[in-house]
Amino acid sequence: MHDQHPREVTRNNVPDEWFTWRKKNKKEQEQLARPSLSYWKDAWRRLKKNYLAMSGMAFITILVSMAIFGPILSPYEANMGVLSEQYQPPSAKHWFGTDNAGRDVFTRTWQGARISLFVGFMAALIDVTIGIIWGGISGYKGGRTDNFMMRIIEILYGIPYLLVVILLLVVMGPSLMTIIIALTVTGWVGMARIVRGQVMQIKNYEYILASRSFGTKQSRIIRRGLLPNTMGPIIVQMTLTVPSAIFAEAFLSFIGLGISSPNASWGVMASDSLGAILSGNWWTLFFPAFFISVTMFAFNVLGDGLQDALDPKLRK
Amino acid sequence: MFKYILKKLLMMLFTLWIIITLTFVLMLSVPGSPFNSESSSNEIVQQNLEKHYNLDQPIAVQYVLYLKSIITLEFGPSIKQPNQTVNDLLGRGFPISAELGLVTIIVALISGIAIGILAALRHNRIIDYIAMGIAVLGISIPNFILATLLIQQLAVNWSIFPVATWQGPLYMVLPVLALATGPMAIIARLTRSTMLEVLTQDYIKMAKAKGLAPWKIIVKHALRNALMPVITIMGTLLVGIMTGSFVIEQIFAIPGMGKYFVESINHRDFPVIMGTTVFYSSFLIIMLFLVDIAYGIIDPRIKVNKKEGEE
Repeated sequence: MHDQHPREVTRNNVPDEWFTWRKKNKKEQEQLARPSLSYWKDAWRRLKKNYLAMSGMAFITILVSMAIFGPILSPYEANMGVLSEQYQPPSAKHWFGTDNAGRDVFTRTWQGARISLFVGFMAALIDVTIGIIWGGISGYKGGRTDNFMMRIIEILYGIPYLLVVILLLVVMGPSLMTIIIALTVTGWVGMARIVRGQVMQIKNYEYILASRSFGTKQSRIIRRGLLPNTMGPIIVQMTLTVPSAIFAEAFLSFIGLGISSPNASWGVMASDSLGAILSGNWWTLFFPAFFISVTMFAFNVLGDGLQDALDPKLRK
Repeated sequence: MFKYILKKLLMMLFTLWIIITLTFVLMLSVPGSPFNSESSSNEIVQQNLEKHYNLDQPIAVQYVLYLKSIITLEFGPSIKQPNQTVNDLLGRGFPISAELGLVTIIVALISGIAIGILAALRHNRIIDYIAMGIAVLGISIPNFILATLLIQQLAVNWSIFPVATWQGPLYMVLPVLALATGPMAIIARLTRSTMLEVLTQDYIKMAKAKGLAPWKIIVKHALRNALMPVITIMGTLLVGIMTGSFVIEQIFAIPGMGKYFVESINHRDFPVIMGTTVFYSSFLIIMLFLVDIAYGIIDPRIKVNKKEGEE
């Protein structure tokens, strides 16, 4: 190249003959060569290539449908056992075997999935709601409001959360609702921090300034200008909140502060069948343990995948 | 620097006060008195008991007494175990829990960092995939399930390690393994991602160009910067290990603080619940404070004292 053009070619003096029209017709030139990709389409395209994340998603889909339909389809009652049939190993009659009270582990596993998933999704939903409102206001207002709101967050963040949850459960008594309340009392803090960080960054962009100068109402700027662009990290955080809530529920049930025993939750099932280790009835422990772990695994890999897919910086 | 520490210190004391007061308020609103379950006691005995434990005083007086007891580190007698004070329980339980926690964090740090470095050096190769697969599994399997699996396989089926209790180094292996896997996985993932970032930077190329030995580049140049984020999450990891030890101590029948804590919850033993909660949270909050300070000192990019014209 340099031999042909002794003069050094820079961005400003590229010779005209180097350029040619790709399309002759003016109209054709204006047409977009490829379909335009929105942020979400692009993210989905990249997520699809991540097989691990996609299999996590598939597993979650199956799990959710089994949680809905499993207990209905099964011929057994989740909390009713036949004592003469206790500790049956997995067979054609009882696919996952039966437990110490002769209850069908297959049915109880899906009943437990209902509770675990309900706790997980509810906790994530409440966290997101409070987090978006708190973080959004804090980040958007800035100044003294932000300072005050962040101090509160800092204090809540410093308090070891499981201790608070345990204290609250001792006071309120164990039940599904109290577990969700206890988990969200301090759980929203992480979400609020993320939303605030995003909002603070985005509110200084030109397009927000532009819409402000058009005289757009503040609520509209927040709803249309800010929130959609903070959704990426929020979704990732949500996907990661679900497994930690499921873990917390199992943990609390395990130490006897969660759902109480005749009802099924994975934590209760695991804690009830601790003795099974010694007696050799492995299936009573294996199935709840397996599903807790695989569910958490699925949500974690999906969260990781989403994090990569929703981050425009990692685009190839 | 001094101003930064002072600010953090005040913040920490305020957080401590909040949790102490919160514990008090929550314990007040617990339904049922600790003496309810004792059917043998009549009216007068009950009143005398309440007097003995200051439960008949007005709430404000109880609160002041409570604050005083915490400042003087005298948490008072246990209600359910009459000859024991909360201090006795803490004094017996804490060294064991601290030992377990310390060994766990050391194991988690060393193995986590090693796995993270290995994965980063073999980026996108089989070792990387295996290491990260193990890491995600480690995060996904709850510690109490891992503990039961370990007992089932290593202790019951193969009888390599003792099943439970706390009598020496061999007894430590399983609980530490169960407790350390989660933090190890988190550390490994973090080390890997920061290592990958650091390894692409110019000063690493420079070090390579100088002809330094590869291990020297990794240990002296890359690792120092890659470990920053690990220090930031140390506080959170400590909290996780502490709360994790509640269940682990239960499962392995280790007579540590976590076991007493869970027992006191089930027995509604107010002084013990309050004492252990306050002790736990103070310990953790102080740890978080120290991590904050350490981070401020180690990372030169964080200017804790913003003086003009100072490098």
